[in-house]
Parts: sequence; structure tokens; C-alpha cells
Amino acid sequence: MIELEGLTKRYGEKVAVNNLTFTVRPGIVTGFLGPNGAGKSTTMRMMLGLDRPTAGDVRIDGRHYDRLKDPLRYIGALLDAKAMHGGRSAFNHLLCLAQSNGIPRGRVDEVLDTVGLTAVAKKKAKGFSLGMGQRLGIAGALLGDPRILMFDEPVNGLDPEGIHWIRNLMKSLAAQGRTVFVSSHLMSEMALTADHLVVIGQGRLLADTSMAEFIEQNSRSYVRIRSPQRERLLDVLHGAGITVVETGAGALEVDGGKPEHIGELAAQHQIVLHELSPQQASLEEAFMQLTAESVEYHAHTDTPEEQQAWGDGWKGN
Amino acid sequence: MSTPQPPMPQAAVPQPQPQLAQAPAPHWQSAPAGSYPTYTSPIPVVRTHLGHAIASEWTKIRSVRSTMWTLGVFVLLVVGIGLLAAAVVGSSAGETDLAGENPLSFGFFGLLLGSMCIMTLGVLTTASEYGTGMIRTTMTACPNRVRVLAAKAIVFFSVAFVVTFVSALLVAFADVALLDSSGVRDPSGSEWLKGTLGISLYLALLGLLSLVIGSIIRHSAGAITIMIGVVLAPLVIALFMFSSSLEKLREALFEYSIPNQLSVFYSNSLTESGPSGWDPLWIMLGVTAVAFAGACALLEKRDV
Ligand SMILES: Nc1ncnc2c1ncn2[C@@H]1O[C@H](COP(=O)(O)OP(=O)(O)O)[C@@H](O)[C@H]1O
Ligand SMILES: [Mg+2]
Repeated sequence: MIELEGLTKRYGEKVAVNNLTFTVRPGIVTGFLGPNGAGKSTTMRMMLGLDRPTAGDVRIDGRHYDRLKDPLRYIGALLDAKAMHGGRSAFNHLLCLAQSNGIPRGRVDEVLDTVGLTAVAKKKAKGFSLGMGQRLGIAGALLGDPRILMFDEPVNGLDPEGIHWIRNLMKSLAAQGRTVFVSSHLMSEMALTADHLVVIGQGRLLADTSMAEFIEQNSRSYVRIRSPQRERLLDVLHGAGITVVETGAGALEVDGGKPEHIGELAAQHQIVLHELSPQQASLEEAFMQLTAESVEYHAHTDTPEEQQAWGDGWKGN
Repeated sequence: MSTPQPPMPQAAVPQPQPQLAQAPAPHWQSAPAGSYPTYTSPIPVVRTHLGHAIASEWTKIRSVRSTMWTLGVFVLLVVGIGLLAAAVVGSSAGETDLAGENPLSFGFFGLLLGSMCIMTLGVLTTASEYGTGMIRTTMTACPNRVRVLAAKAIVFFSVAFVVTFVSALLVAFADVALLDSSGVRDPSGSEWLKGTLGISLYLALLGLLSLVIGSIIRHSAGAITIMIGVVLAPLVIALFMFSSSLEKLREALFEYSIPNQLSVFYSNSLTESGPSGWDPLWIMLGVTAVAFAGACALLEKRDV
């Protein structure tokens, strides 16, 4: 269990992490979600005692990280897959980590096998692809067979097969009773792997909820309507006491409405419809709404319509 | 895992269950009431100590090319120039030209040039980890930052000392044999000690100082430049101090410059001013110790 209490980190003027309080519980995958620059990596560095908090505290089973006598046996972390000397072989990279914690040499071969790098164990890390580097980083995290695992954006830049592998790995690690804490800036990724969700934006806590609850609260269903007789349709719907939202692209949206009902109303008044479709707002949209005010780097042209396809991935799987 | 469970801030949130119906893991602990199940590894737990950090740093230093390169060039410079100097001087000198000279002193030029390699390796031992980001992995594996620096210092110093000592010894024996017929004197026991052991300890300490500077600067090229400056700047500055009012300062700069301190290990004369005898070693030891303490303080204070 990892407990954060009022954790704050300031870099000069910039407040990277602002008064974070939450708990990472064992036996489940906790997703740590936030847009780029939200402070996820900074929070993780503070958990590992790398960055000193400006204020507040973070404890692992009641102790500070630097008080752990066998850190790699306790927590395995993947912060940055490139954080290794490119000239060292995969085997030697893991060996020096193992030796620093008195972990038997045989474990190095075991984890290399787990991540599928046995064949390139003697190869220099700088020749590795992004995916191989990521696997080597994960091998390092697994080295001590730890009870807590922490991954910072582990699927970044991976191919679909690698992404699939990491998802399954995280789930099986949690199923063994381990604590898994994984960060991402993609809601779709979290929806697939996380049981619990912690959302931050600009360093502040925005949500701390179970995944199931988040989905229930945020999967808004609505009906999208397009019609050449837009004004008449609006009058009819208003007359029937239905609240309509006009969206930018000329379509109308009715929250929680039934398409049958709206279709019948239109038929009664002989209004032509070009579209009448039930829609489900993606979790990605919910996430974007949640973090809308706190996004660090805004793009200039984003209509929700175009963004939707982006979050659709999680539904298909 | 017997720590009492503190109240959870979001206790109102329903507990999600692990949803995978996988084969149960072999190492579930039967959780005591009020606690939670947790994973326990079959690997025996070891309390880590400095020895582990040293083993780790030894693996690191021997598993990268830059170690082989810097030490290889070092040996080449020390042995090559050491022998060349003796051979050239020996062949051109008459019977009495070198009378009374200390034959060990011909190792000086090789060691002076070779010091660049030792300083480079020292800097790389610490600073390169900041360049690659490896330092975060290292400090996660061993959160005791002073222990990491100490382990690096011990491993580097041992390697640097052994390589320097062996090279210096080789050159010393060869030069004494080469110059045997040129009328040089037989070095005394204390001269042998200073010219091989003393100067090797001095060079290894100079490398250690570079390692410490690398840890403070956290940037390889920057730290190497600083160290080269430390070696050369006093001599260069002294060269351009014409004003007679600065005569004293000029003399001190020259006498305490690192090249001059190196030469003290070959000289027998007890000059009235400046370092003599084993003084350079004590000076370097003091400077390195102070720098090491400073580096430790900074390491504790700064973010990794
Ligand atoms: N060492 C640092 N010095 C200054 N600013 C930093 C440093 N590390 C992070 N930041 C800033 O803090 C904010 C949070 O960064 P980060 O934790 O990397 O976010 P995330 O991982 O969520 O993308 C960013 O605005 C970033 O620029
Ligand atoms: Mg990040």
C-alpha cells in the first residue's frame, strides 16, 4: 500500500504536484491518469524517494522509500525505459541491479525469459528497439519479485502486440495479490487495465474512484439527430418537453432520449430526418471534460466530434 | 505487513475486486482480519549493505567500453612515453650528462598525459549516469545516496590505483635498466616508494577528485573540462603574471600546480618553499576529502 498525504512538489515557480492525497491499494491495478504535464512522473519520482517533496509525505506500507532495507524486493519501478547505459548489455544491466540488492544471479535469467529477451541478453541496450527497451525496463522492475509494481506510461510507443502483452502482465501481477500502479495519459488504456482510477490535472487530484463507478457515472448516452428541417424539429421537440443540445456540426443531441420516441414525433409532424442514432459518449470524452480546465498544452482546433474516434478503441476490444 | 492500516481517505468508494479468474498465485498470505492479501516472494530477503553496492558498481565499471578505452590509452601513454623518453634521452646523452639524475623521473611525462584518461574515467563513473538517466535506476535500487557514491569511489579508486601502480612500476624498472649505462644514480628506497607507490596513489586520488566533481556537476563534458582546467590553469595563469608585485602569488601557483606536485614525487630536493616529500599526496587527500563531503551533502539535498 502506498499512501500520499498532501504531497506537493514545486520546481521554482512551477507547482508540478499540488497537495495530492490518495492511497494505492494492494491486489488491484490502480490507474494514474492525467494529461501530459499533469505531474504523474513527478509524483512517481517522489514515491521512489528520487525527488524530495516540497510539502507533504508519501509512505510505502508506513515507511519512507529510503528506509526500505531491500528496495527492489519491495517495489519494482519502470520510470523511463531509456534510463540505462546504452553500452551495457541487457544481462549486465540487470546483473548490476540484482547485485545491489543481493538478488541471486539466477533471477536475471528468469526475468529475461519472462520478458522474452533471452536471445538478446548479451546485446548492447542501445541497439534495442523502443519495445525491447521497455521490456528490459520491465525486467528490471520484476527483478526483485516485488509486492508493489509501478509503471510510468508503459505502453508509450509500443506496437499492438507489446501493448497487449503489458496489459496482460499487469492484470496477472495484480491477480497474484501485488499492488500495481500504472500511469497513462490515455483513458482508453486505463479502461482496459485498471480497477481503480486516480485522475490528476495540473498536479491536483480530480477523481479517485473505482473504474466501475467512473464508467457508470461518465458513460452518457444520447441520441444524435440531423435534419434539413432543423428549426421545425427544434420546435416539435421543445413542445414535447425534450431538452435539445445543438452541437457545432449542425447536429442535435438529446441526452438520455429514446430514438423510437424521437422518430415517432418526427413522423407525426412529417419532418425529414437524415440521422437518428443512439450514441454513447466515450470515456475519453469524460476524461477530457474532467481535465478540460487543467490541460497543460492545448491544441487549437478540437471539436469533440473529431476527438471521439480517438477514444473509440476501448469499446472495440 | 503488520503495520496497522490507516483510515483510507476514500473509504466511501466501493472496493473493486481483482477481476481475473487466473490460477491462484502460489504465495498468497492468509491475510489477518482487517488486513489484505498480499504477494510474498519465495526469494529470500537480504538486508542490503555497502558490499552489495560495491559488487554492483564493479559490474558497471567493467561492463562498459569507456573503461577499457580510457584505461587502455592510459597504459599506452604511460608506458609508451615513459620508455620513449628514457630511450631518447639515454641514446643522445653522453657518459656524464645524466650524472646524478633520478632515472624514475622519466616516467613523469607519460603519467602527466595519462592523468587525463584517469580523470575522464573518474568523471564518467558518476556523471555519465546523469546523462543516460541510469542514475534514477541506480538510486531506486539503492536509495542510500551516500552509499552509492562511496561504492563508486571505492571501486574506481581501486581500479585506478592498481592500473597506475602496475604501469608506473613497469616503466620504473624498464627506465632504470635502459639508463643504467648513462651514469644515472641508483634511486634510494624512499625514491622508489615515492616514484611508484606515491605517484600512483596521487593519480588515483586525482581521478577520485574527478569522480566527485562529476557527481557535483552531473555533466560529463563540463566536469572533464573543469578538471583539465584545474590541472593546467594555474601553470598558464602563472606564465602570464608579469607584474613583480604578484611574484609571490605566481610562485605559489606554480609550486602548487598539479604538474609540479607530480614532479615532487621524483625530486629529492627539499625546497625552501612549496610542497616537498609526500606533501602533494596529503594535499590531494585533503582536497578530495573536502570535495567528497560536499558532494555527499549536495547529493542528499538535491533531487536525483
Ligand atoms: N525537474 C523539473 N524541473 C522543472 N520542472 C519540471 C521538472 N520535472 C517536471 N517539471 C514540470 O512539472 C510538470 C509535471 O511534469 P510531469 O510530472 O513530467 O508530468 P506527466 O508525467 O504527468 O506528463 C510539467 O509542467 C513539467 O514541465
Ligand atoms: Mg510523465
